[in-house]
Amino acid sequence: MGLRKVAIVGAGITKFVRRAEETGPEMSYLAAKMALDQAGLKLKDVEMVTVGSAPDAFDGVHMKGEYLLSGAGGNNKQYIRNFVGGGTGVFAPIHGWMHVASGACDVCLVVCSEKMSSCHPHPQGAFLTIFDHTTEQPLNPTLIWIFALEMRRYMETYGLSKTDIARVSVKNKNNALDHPSAQVAEAVTLEDVLNSEVLAEPVHRLDISPASDGAAAVVLVSEDVAKRLTDKPIWIDGVGWNLDTAYWATKDLYYPRYVEKAARMAYEMAGITEPQKQIHVAEPYDPFDYKELHHMEGLLLCERGEAARLTAEGYTARNGNLPVCPSGGALGVGNPIAATGLMKVIEIFLQLREEAGKRQVPGKPKVGVAQAWGDLMQVGTVIVLRR
Amino acid sequence: MNIEKVPVKGLTSEEYDKAIKISWQPKLQYAWDNGIAIGKYLQALKEGKILASYCNGCGRIMLPARSFCELCWRPTDGYTYVKDTGVINTFAICHVNWDASRLKPDEPRHIPAVIEIDGATQGQGIMHIIGNVEPTKVTIGMKVRAVWKPESEREGSITDIKYFEPY
Repeated sequence: MGLRKVAIVGAGITKFVRRAEETGPEMSYLAAKMALDQAGLKLKDVEMVTVGSAPDAFDGVHMKGEYLLSGAGGNNKQYIRNFVGGGTGVFAPIHGWMHVASGACDVCLVVCSEKMSSCHPHPQGAFLTIFDHTTEQPLNPTLIWIFALEMRRYMETYGLSKTDIARVSVKNKNNALDHPSAQVAEAVTLEDVLNSEVLAEPVHRLDISPASDGAAAVVLVSEDVAKRLTDKPIWIDGVGWNLDTAYWATKDLYYPRYVEKAARMAYEMAGITEPQKQIHVAEPYDPFDYKELHHMEGLLLCERGEAARLTAEGYTARNGNLPVCPSGGALGVGNPIAATGLMKVIEIFLQLREEAGKRQVPGKPKVGVAQAWGDLMQVGTVIVLRR
Repeated sequence: MNIEKVPVKGLTSEEYDKAIKISWQPKLQYAWDNGIAIGKYLQALKEGKILASYCNGCGRIMLPARSFCELCWRPTDGYTYVKDTGVINTFAICHVNWDASRLKPDEPRHIPAVIEIDGATQGQGIMHIIGNVEPTKVTIGMKVRAVWKPESEREGSITDIKYFEPY
């Protein structure tokens, strides 16, 4: 396709918290500065900047890209904000990849920032307008409805119990104990999750990731630049994205076909023909525990309906055959929407560099995949990294 | 790379309560046009019927009605009434309000569902509410029918169907 190789050479991340004192631009600055410092670059070396952030309604600022610009290092540069709902955090590095792979620039800074705590009484309310204003909003929906509906459809299709699903929350919240950015890391047990408050049957409180504030950033560079900067570049080997219809009630919710299509695009680019064998570590999006299982299947990391069994067998544990969400995921580290997706990309970056510290998975992983998801069960964004 | 020392501490509830804050309550109002197809769909609801559109390209009978087929990406070929009965594809029993506040113990639980409407192409569902049934009795695959508001109270809204009940 005439595309240039693109490497990640630096990453930065803030702590994910319920309520940050810092503003969105301040958090963006902290993450971006950390990423540039690690890459050994100055802001003047950066040619283009792309920023990912979720709906303006969280911040109550109706030009969030421009609002975040100065913190993200975008002053007087080729700067743009990208947005595909909850899929934004993995789309942002894909967008940066486009800039570098196309030859438009050699150094691109990718920043994802989210400040959900500004929205009262609860940021969940800001999501209501994703439902169709004429045919759905008059029914007074809550955001949790759609997840409860999808979770039940998934459980019914494969005969899964709530215990099968809750294991994901236990794994991820415990994994997050080793992540310095974690907001809700906790040594929870299956009983804790199953006995937590029921919000929308079958969804319990501890099945859900929290609302969070936080930011993350990565530096993407061309091959020539990467070789000058580091002997440990991590290559973006494949990218994929796919969006399905907003007529969400007309598709069968048990399987995310749009995630599979995004994965197939990324795998083809990366030369991956047998994802179950060729991918060594994975960070699928886990805003709810069942969604990790859903997305493992959509990413073709296991057969359909098998993800829960593999989880129960420890296959997806940090020391399992395929570590899944070794970071602790959205369920454990927290879920500042766009920053979460990029946190997952950063986790794969660190795992492949064998710099993940206590979270390091064994076996010197060479290939990893990160994925995000969003909106009305319709957005899939996938990135494959290789060392 | 060392990410052990990440910035941002986070405010405790006490610190947050003490902080100087500026709040703003937006008073925005929107008048949403129904559009061509949904306009007809709402008119049909007012008449106590469910209107679908059909596409001769893919052969689907689609809900809600739409003026173009998103798969064939061409104008739909016409409208047709479907039944006001269907089958529950999936459902939830919800204990919280839109803003995450909790329902009081004596308030009825909301039971949202995806209902596949009879007469439309299989899988063409709409979101609506299940009513007149114990929440614990609801199952996937249950047959349900629309319970309409009295004709005099219908206003051309999805809420002209009060809820779907098992039959």
